[in-house]
Amino acid sequence: METLTTISPVFDVQSIREFFPILNRELNDKRLVYLDNAATSQKPQVVIDALSNYYSHYNANIHRGIHTLAEEATAAYESTRVTVRKFINALLPEEIIFTRGATEGINLVAYTWGRQNIHSGDEIIISGMEHHSNIVPWQILCEEKQAILKVIPVTDKGELDMEAYKNLISSKTKLVSVVHASNSLGTINPVKEIIDSAHQVGAVVMIDGAQSTVHLDIDVQQLDCDFFAFSGHKVYGPTGVGVLYGKKELLESMPPFMGGGEMIKEVTFEKTTYADLPYKYEAGTPNIADTVALKSALDFINEIGKDAIRKHENDLLKYATTQLETLPGLRIIGKAKEKVSVVSFVMQNIHPQDIGVLLDNQGIAVRTGHHCTQPLMTRFQIPGTVRASFAMYNTKEEIDKLVSGLQKAIKMLS
Amino acid sequence: MNDNRTIEQAEEEIIDAFSLFDTWEEKYEYIIDLGKKLPPLDEKYKVAENIIKGCQSTVWLVTDFADGKVFFKADSDAMIVKGLVSMLIEVLSGHTSDEILNAKLDFIREIGMMNHLAQTRSNGLLAMIKQMKNYALAYKGVNEPEKTT
Ligand SMILES: Cc1ncc(COP(=O)(O)O)c(C=O)c1O
Repeated sequence: METLTTISPVFDVQSIREFFPILNRELNDKRLVYLDNAATSQKPQVVIDALSNYYSHYNANIHRGIHTLAEEATAAYESTRVTVRKFINALLPEEIIFTRGATEGINLVAYTWGRQNIHSGDEIIISGMEHHSNIVPWQILCEEKQAILKVIPVTDKGELDMEAYKNLISSKTKLVSVVHASNSLGTINPVKEIIDSAHQVGAVVMIDGAQSTVHLDIDVQQLDCDFFAFSGHKVYGPTGVGVLYGKKELLESMPPFMGGGEMIKEVTFEKTTYADLPYKYEAGTPNIADTVALKSALDFINEIGKDAIRKHENDLLKYATTQLETLPGLRIIGKAKEKVSVVSFVMQNIHPQDIGVLLDNQGIAVRTGHHCTQPLMTRFQIPGTVRASFAMYNTKEEIDKLVSGLQKAIKMLS
Repeated sequence: MNDNRTIEQAEEEIIDAFSLFDTWEEKYEYIIDLGKKLPPLDEKYKVAENIIKGCQSTVWLVTDFADGKVFFKADSDAMIVKGLVSMLIEVLSGHTSDEILNAKLDFIREIGMMNHLAQTRSNGLLAMIKQMKNYALAYKGVNEPEKTT
């Protein structure tokens, strides 16, 4: 971690950029402008080093061997759990379950808690701005159990209609699962309020933190959510590792998700007893390397400071919004009061895909399409949007390049 | 389209046109221009059964069969895809099933547009080529008198 000591307490984006080797890439002889951070963030050198260091020096299977390497690998893996606990302020490390990502976290809850607790006629509430990964698992569950899926509507500004939510909630509501920050619109949802209302009728609440964890301070105890899921690759960490937080008493009462090694206490052909938390939900050899490197990503964020990062990202969001709005025919989709650094827009008479192709040729990476939120696109009656999403290493100059890149694209297309 | 050029000759002409371009801007301006010039498909054809769905953009494809030849008409809601579609029609429309089925379509690589066929683009172009060949195959059956044994 010695490289990090060179960071000055003042947020200096140029020195932060130096931690991310990929930002030196050139495309079409142009320096990469990476504005697709909501899809996945780039990795600082410390994360890349952590991966190669693990494989070069202490690769071993964990929780099994008594040899030195196994001990080192186990210690590193478990220290990520401790770091994650702090990062989201969970009460206990065993409330942190490692998964492949947010998707697996949500599915884990649907397949375990859901199958145990959802019955015919029960209601599950999600919102109109959910990612498909927070829609489909509940649809599958509802179909299997003859339960009912209810959807909180989205307003024209791209906020949740909280009045409508309060009306949806009833004694039939067993689960509420909503996204903390929308990947398509950037909207930060009032999850505390959503959780409190749900708890009043005894419903359990799952929060999809895939987008919020990298930007906001997460305190699962203060939120009092029952489950919270996020992905490592969106918090400057590696792909293939994610986190499911669950309250201990819930995790203990639920059946296991997958059976196999690591998750058992004792196996006989008559009866198997399961391991204690968190291992009950971590069957098989886990993704050790990526989990180990996730710690480096979270340490890196902590070192730079979430407050400073957020201030920088908010500046970028404001600047981008103002600059983009000067372009004729451009309409921003998602004008919520509280947003993470995501700006989605459509251009009059131009398909988002055409914009994406022409920006790509200028070295600018944005996301175009429905962003895995098709019902939300239908709600706004658009085929998709162009989405620029900002991370700690983005700059105002890059936003200027986006704007001039767009001007060029518009000129070419009209 | 409905002329005496072979598929290879039509491909060659496109490659020749692209050889004059030095920059990506010129290439894309040309493709966008082709897209604009492609006559829009009558709304009555823009129905679900004619849709070739990419993840992001939509292509509509209709066919006709006359004098042993397959004719294509298409449209898209995205302009660059429409331009690429226009080139495919230019190359494939008005040929026999066998000619279409055997077409290698190397021109796409030659003009540097291969990346548009990559899976990630999800623009339906690859699906469109498959669908054009499927139609050709279906019409091939029409061509051949049924065997009675
Ligand atoms: C809001 C939201 N939820 C869930 C996911 C799924 O995350 P993953 O694909 O990493 O499992 C994403 C990723 O795009 C997301 O943005």
